[in-house]
Amino acid sequence: MVEFFRSLFRPERSSTTAKERLRLVLLSDHLSLAPDVIEALKADLFAVISRYVEIDASNADVSFEHREHDVAMTANIPILQLRPDRPPPPPPIVREPDPVTEAVAQSVAVDALEPEAMPPAGSGETVRPPANGSTPRRRRRRKPAQAPQVSQPQVS
Amino acid sequence: MRAFETAIETDAAVAPGAAVRRGRAIVITSGKGGVGKTTTTANVGAALAARGKRVALVDADVGLRNLDVVLGLESRVRHHLLDVLEEKVDLETALVRDKRNENLYLLAAAQSREKEDVDTAQMKALMAQLCETFDFVLIDCPAGIEMGFKNAVAGAHHAIIVCTPEVSAVRDADRVVGLLPSDWRPELIVNRLRPELVRKSKMLSVADVNDILRLPLLGVIADEPGLIVATNKGEPLAYDAASTTGAAYRAIAARLDGEDVSAPTVNTEAGLFGKIGAWLGGRA
Amino acid sequence: MSARRIVITSGKGGVGKTTTTANLGAALAKRGHSVVLVDTDIGLRNLDLVLGVEKRIVFDLVEVVEGRCQLRQALIRDKRFESLSMLPAAQTREKTAVSEEAMIRVIDELAEMAEYILIDCPAGIEHGFRNAIAGAREAIVVTTPEVSAIRDADRVVGKLTERHIPLRLIVNRIRPEMVKSGDMMSVEDVCQILSAELLGVIPDDEEVIDTTNRGEPIVLDETKRLAAIYMKIARRLEGELVPFTNLDSPNLLKQFFTLWKAG
Repeated sequence: MVEFFRSLFRPERSSTTAKERLRLVLLSDHLSLAPDVIEALKADLFAVISRYVEIDASNADVSFEHREHDVAMTANIPILQLRPDRPPPPPPIVREPDPVTEAVAQSVAVDALEPEAMPPAGSGETVRPPANGSTPRRRRRRKPAQAPQVSQPQVS
Repeated sequence: MRAFETAIETDAAVAPGAAVRRGRAIVITSGKGGVGKTTTTANVGAALAARGKRVALVDADVGLRNLDVVLGLESRVRHHLLDVLEEKVDLETALVRDKRNENLYLLAAAQSREKEDVDTAQMKALMAQLCETFDFVLIDCPAGIEMGFKNAVAGAHHAIIVCTPEVSAVRDADRVVGLLPSDWRPELIVNRLRPELVRKSKMLSVADVNDILRLPLLGVIADEPGLIVATNKGEPLAYDAASTTGAAYRAIAARLDGEDVSAPTVNTEAGLFGKIGAWLGGRA
Repeated sequence: MSARRIVITSGKGGVGKTTTTANLGAALAKRGHSVVLVDTDIGLRNLDLVLGVEKRIVFDLVEVVEGRCQLRQALIRDKRFESLSMLPAAQTREKTAVSEEAMIRVIDELAEMAEYILIDCPAGIEHGFRNAIAGAREAIVVTTPEVSAIRDADRVVGKLTERHIPLRLIVNRIRPEMVKSGDMMSVEDVCQILSAELLGVIPDDEEVIDTTNRGEPIVLDETKRLAAIYMKIARRLEGELVPFTNLDSPNLLKQFFTLWKAG
């Protein structure tokens, strides 16, 4: 009975299901049929990890699990200790100053000191960030405090 | 370009004493049983013969022979592949000529022997010998990937994979492709397509199948009940001018023969059926 | 408990062995029996795909035979039928990885765990076939009513008889309208040619493609025509005398009654 109702609500067409099942099963088949590729993958993986930590390579392994919607690789790598000579962490990423974000930052800073220094939100007036970092020149009397509503561009 | 090497004098000049190869040996294989290898071998062979090519069909399914029945030649088989390999009889004597076309010959399988009785090296030599006098040697491969398969592939230069739009068949076809010599570029025939089921998304489409297998598409054959009748009667549909399935086989033969038949496009839904319809309509 | 060990074979490929193994197994499980399905098609496994358990394979038959895991670890319990389990074949090995003796040992061990063992046989009559029949005590030969299939089934019947393995026949993919018009052999024709006792007649049904796409044995849906037929075959296997379905052909019906009375 349950199956009958389930069949009424079966959303996916069986050809789509079939194709997806085939994709996964073949991926799984291909992985198990390419032991040399797996060995090379393991060697590379262990080499990279070994730059940061000392590992017990003889007890390390990777396996592939055919899951519901994908085939996942699981690596089981016993770690002995951090390497003292490991590569240093990468430096923090310094972003180029974004004009709009800068303006907002400036306005917040200015607000903190001079609540009436900024043009009203939505007025269309923008404040150009001064090159020397000093506070912007006063343009207009500011309306009662509102959060600046400058839309942030996406930083990818 | 599917043109095969024809016998030319320079061959002999380059390698004096070497046998001059006229033809190409193509194994028709699938992995999965029952997808239409034997029917395809018989029909493509018949269609090639109808184009004037000299064709030899070899049934490599030792112990489970069926190519003779599909061709309607079962009562004419006196000797078989193993008789030739074991030198009990010469090749010419063992070859059975087709009833309808004098260009078509059959080398039947042994029915009461085992596939393990065939020696791979001997098989290769025999196929080479056939290629000296025939334009096409089509080898009907047994199902599976055991000794029978290996022997059938051993003597060939090229492969055609026959696959139906069903998950098991596609999986097995994929496996077989992986077992063929890596420098081969096998071609695909999708058999037993049912457009109405594909339309209802209850069957994989040709595009679905080839998204997975990624082989050059040689042909698509829609399912036809008439094929059962034809097999029962031993009359390949390739000889039937009125049959759309026959037309599809003739188109495949034309392509194998190097003719640039309108390439089967593997696109979606409406386009696919339109194209297949036109293509099956005999515009070979 | 010692199980019934049944091999499902055919000679010809593609006639429905795997589909039959999956559905008959499910039908027996539905009727309360404990069932193990064994895929012996090493290198070209498909029972897992038809049953829809391909994502749950961890170990396989070859690993069991080579002692790399326990048999119980390799068995996959079906989530839909609690008394149904399956032992998958290996995909990356050859059939020669398993000997007939090893197969017998595995089947012997399984026989202590279940009431029914259904062994899915590969196509052909090579090493894989010999492995599959090695552990069997009964056989179901599946054929379609076509010349090639019957011819191959005949070869297989011969080999089974040589080994004194009793067998029964399932005629699959029958198209009653084609039998009526004389374009297809009848079930009686097939039984006569093969001199075999009939176990089941299954009509051609496009639903099989759809359910295989999903990995859902058709027996799951009781509203499907084929589900009822598989259930009847299961009952016949248990020993019950179940009349054959009227497939809408007076000729067929008459033949079935004759056969039924014959046993």
